[in-house]
Amino acid sequence: MDIFLQQIINGLVQGSIYALVALGYTMVYGIMGLINFAHGEVVMIGTLVTITVAGSLIKAGMPVAVAGLAGLMAAVLVCMALGWALERVAYRPLRNAPRLTPLITAIGMSIVLQNLAMMIWGRNYMTFPSLLPKMDFEFAGANFTLIQIIIVLVSAATMGGLLLLVYRTKLGMAMRATAQNPAVASLMGVNINRVIAAAFVIGSALGAVAGVMVGTYYEIAHYQMGFMLGLKAFTAAVLGGIGNLAGAMLGGILLGIIEALGAGYIGDLTGGFLGSHYQDIFAFVVLIVVLMFKPSGLFGEKTGDRA
Amino acid sequence: MNFGRFFRSTAGIALTAAFLIALPFVAAMGGQAWVRILDFAILYVFLALGLNIVVGLAGLLDLGYIAFYAVGAYAWALLASPHFGLHWPIWAILPIGAALACLAGVVLGSPTLKLRGDYLAIVTLGFGEIVRIFLNNLNSPINVTNGPQGITLIDPVSFGAFKFSGTTQIFGFALSGPQKYYFLLVALAILVIIINVRLQNSRIGRAWQAIREDEIAAKAIGINTRNLKLLAFAMGASFGGVAGGIFSAMQGFVSPESFSLIESIMILAMVVLGGMGHIPGVILGAVLLTVLPEVLRYGVGPLQMAVFGKMLVDPESLRMLVFGLALVLVMRFKPAGLWPSPERKRELQETGK
Amino acid sequence: MSANLPNPLLEAKAVAKHFGGVKALQDVSLTIRKGEIYGLIGPNGAGKTTFFNCMTGLYVPDGGGFVFDGAPLVADAPDKAAARGIARTFQNIRLFGNMTALENVMVGRHVRTKAGVLGAMFQNAATKAEEAAIRQKAIDLLHYVRIEERADDLSRNLSYGDQRRLEIARALATDPKLLCLDEPAAGMNGTETEQLRELIDGIRRDGTTILLIEHDVKLVMGLCDRVAVLDYGALVIEDVPAVVQKDQRVIEAYLGA
Repeated sequence: MDIFLQQIINGLVQGSIYALVALGYTMVYGIMGLINFAHGEVVMIGTLVTITVAGSLIKAGMPVAVAGLAGLMAAVLVCMALGWALERVAYRPLRNAPRLTPLITAIGMSIVLQNLAMMIWGRNYMTFPSLLPKMDFEFAGANFTLIQIIIVLVSAATMGGLLLLVYRTKLGMAMRATAQNPAVASLMGVNINRVIAAAFVIGSALGAVAGVMVGTYYEIAHYQMGFMLGLKAFTAAVLGGIGNLAGAMLGGILLGIIEALGAGYIGDLTGGFLGSHYQDIFAFVVLIVVLMFKPSGLFGEKTGDRA
Repeated sequence: MNFGRFFRSTAGIALTAAFLIALPFVAAMGGQAWVRILDFAILYVFLALGLNIVVGLAGLLDLGYIAFYAVGAYAWALLASPHFGLHWPIWAILPIGAALACLAGVVLGSPTLKLRGDYLAIVTLGFGEIVRIFLNNLNSPINVTNGPQGITLIDPVSFGAFKFSGTTQIFGFALSGPQKYYFLLVALAILVIIINVRLQNSRIGRAWQAIREDEIAAKAIGINTRNLKLLAFAMGASFGGVAGGIFSAMQGFVSPESFSLIESIMILAMVVLGGMGHIPGVILGAVLLTVLPEVLRYGVGPLQMAVFGKMLVDPESLRMLVFGLALVLVMRFKPAGLWPSPERKRELQETGK
Repeated sequence: MSANLPNPLLEAKAVAKHFGGVKALQDVSLTIRKGEIYGLIGPNGAGKTTFFNCMTGLYVPDGGGFVFDGAPLVADAPDKAAARGIARTFQNIRLFGNMTALENVMVGRHVRTKAGVLGAMFQNAATKAEEAAIRQKAIDLLHYVRIEERADDLSRNLSYGDQRRLEIARALATDPKLLCLDEPAAGMNGTETEQLRELIDGIRRDGTTILLIEHDVKLVMGLCDRVAVLDYGALVIEDVPAVVQKDQRVIEAYLGA
């Protein structure tokens, strides 16, 4: 039982990070139907920027809390600028191109960002500065840390903020209208360019927050870390029904928990034949199974082809 | 200039043949490494044309193509190496590799081909990762793949006593291993080109293109889209399997590292960058994307030393950076690819783009 | 009321379809006879295209079914419907844009030919003969709809009227017993509509039964042997044009009473 609870807690933490990243994918996909493959790289850059900024501030003698906040702010700002630039430079010129074109561009941008990051930060693993005190708690035989609690709380708060933005502001309404039907939305006076740019910028900001949390959680970062994270977050978005904000959040958390439980029990389930290093396949197996039975995801609307 | 007609004329065939025969000897002047690069260029032509059936003709976005290549490569590696002590002949392993890859294609394709294009992309991508993870970890408790270390001492291609590794004397010429593989690969590539051309202009090929253009309209005129998509997927996978087998034999060594996602992306990029669905374009894409990075690899280091007197950027990362930028720029300025089919080119000009 | 007509080609039997709470079709029964031009009209949203999609297998009806040429039609299988001899065009033209006009028609022969992958690879005599026959038939059909000079152009570059004609040629390539045209005159000017009228009349004279969905009431009344009117998903009347035109319910449906 304690393993079960423990893995649920671990999964929840990992899942809330997936959820934040998944939101970036789902917003862009919902509004313009593009898989922004480079989003994982935006998250990675968020982590690395924080290392540089917070690390050097701490070295300069600043209090850890101040340095950490400054690092977070810097990451959010850099990622927002990066998201904006990505959309403006790479994707906007391809708005009316065939679907495959922007997808290839996205893959290209992902490679470019990864290698730029390697040139800037090098190819070695980097240590993420400890921004939070190490405190352990115990509950019903399961252990968890202050960092885990803060990750879940920050994710929840960020997601709540996003929901308020999307459902309570004019920009949010414009975003939802564009997702429904860009042509009609633009006839109604919505500035499509601004809405799409906003989706990229907001998604990147969420990605930066996620990046900082990944760094804090694993205390290590690397220029290739964004790739698998992005892939799984995208899987989470598809799992929840891509284009659907609540779906991305639930999909992320679900994926985190499935992965954690899978890693915890795979050995028992297969009689020791497969070990926990198969953790990474769960995301994809779950994805394939869900799409087989519910092609529009768990919470997605059915989008039928119209004749 | 009509390239199709040129390649079919006697003079065209003679010139092309002379060029293809001379090429490995010219390359050998720069060292056997260049012949090996040439071999890989042709292997990628083969792979890209296999993927072209799936992506270019049938319009199915497959981001896990390398998985089928891996299946073929490991089939060869396991059946012709000391790992299991098996040394089966080529006429047995190559068909087995192709059949296994084909089977993998059908198993993956049958549940997923009803999905929308982007979902198919992500599912195939996930499948590719699953295959790689299994290759990496299936070394315990039963050692099937030997894990990350991979499998070594794989038998080369051989027909009877004629081995493709090592140097052989033929008609007074000394043919190196890579040069022999070159001719084998050229023969295979010509075969796959012929198959591509014939399929494209066939009943099945037209049905694939119809599915790519408009699936509902294709259904409405009586095309069984599900079966045809599966057929395209399985055929592409089989080509991948054959290529994987040759790769395994040529290298003498396989490890999971050779089958990462970036390889799938590379092959897809060859198809798209060259000119999707247009065979000469795909060939151009494959050759460019294999040879240019090597030129960069060998050229950038010395160039930096000469100009700046020190290494400013690591050539390997510059290579990938240029590759990424090339993808972005070609999509931006030549969305139909570097060498699109004449019809598409004409159309782009007509719309004044 | 349409039961037991002589020579039925297609019988719809109490076909029902709803989307959520909207009843798009309510127990629609009608009979199309061999050799006639049958018109299906009704105001926007009356369920004409839904009926079409049920019949051609794109939608699964929630109730009822179809009998075509003596045997029931399988729901949800457009390719099988085409194989049985039902061909259609689409309200918002669906051609294979990046294929030439000729290739579009050649694809239409798919369901009546059988060369497979091996045939294509080895180019045996049977495959070559079949390929030549496909090409010839496609050329003939382009002549038939009078766009033969556009044969080698990408279909997306054809004019609107030519695209409509090409779509009809592609449908005819499947050797249909029943040709279903979904608003073929939409967006056409007077001359084009007149040419279309002649084309449809010619296709019928050459032996193909036609189901015509159309907004242009004048075209329908002048061309069709019998007409059915749908309103709010229900069949209002099915009769010869002269009777339908005078029917009070039809007039009300169109005037929006």
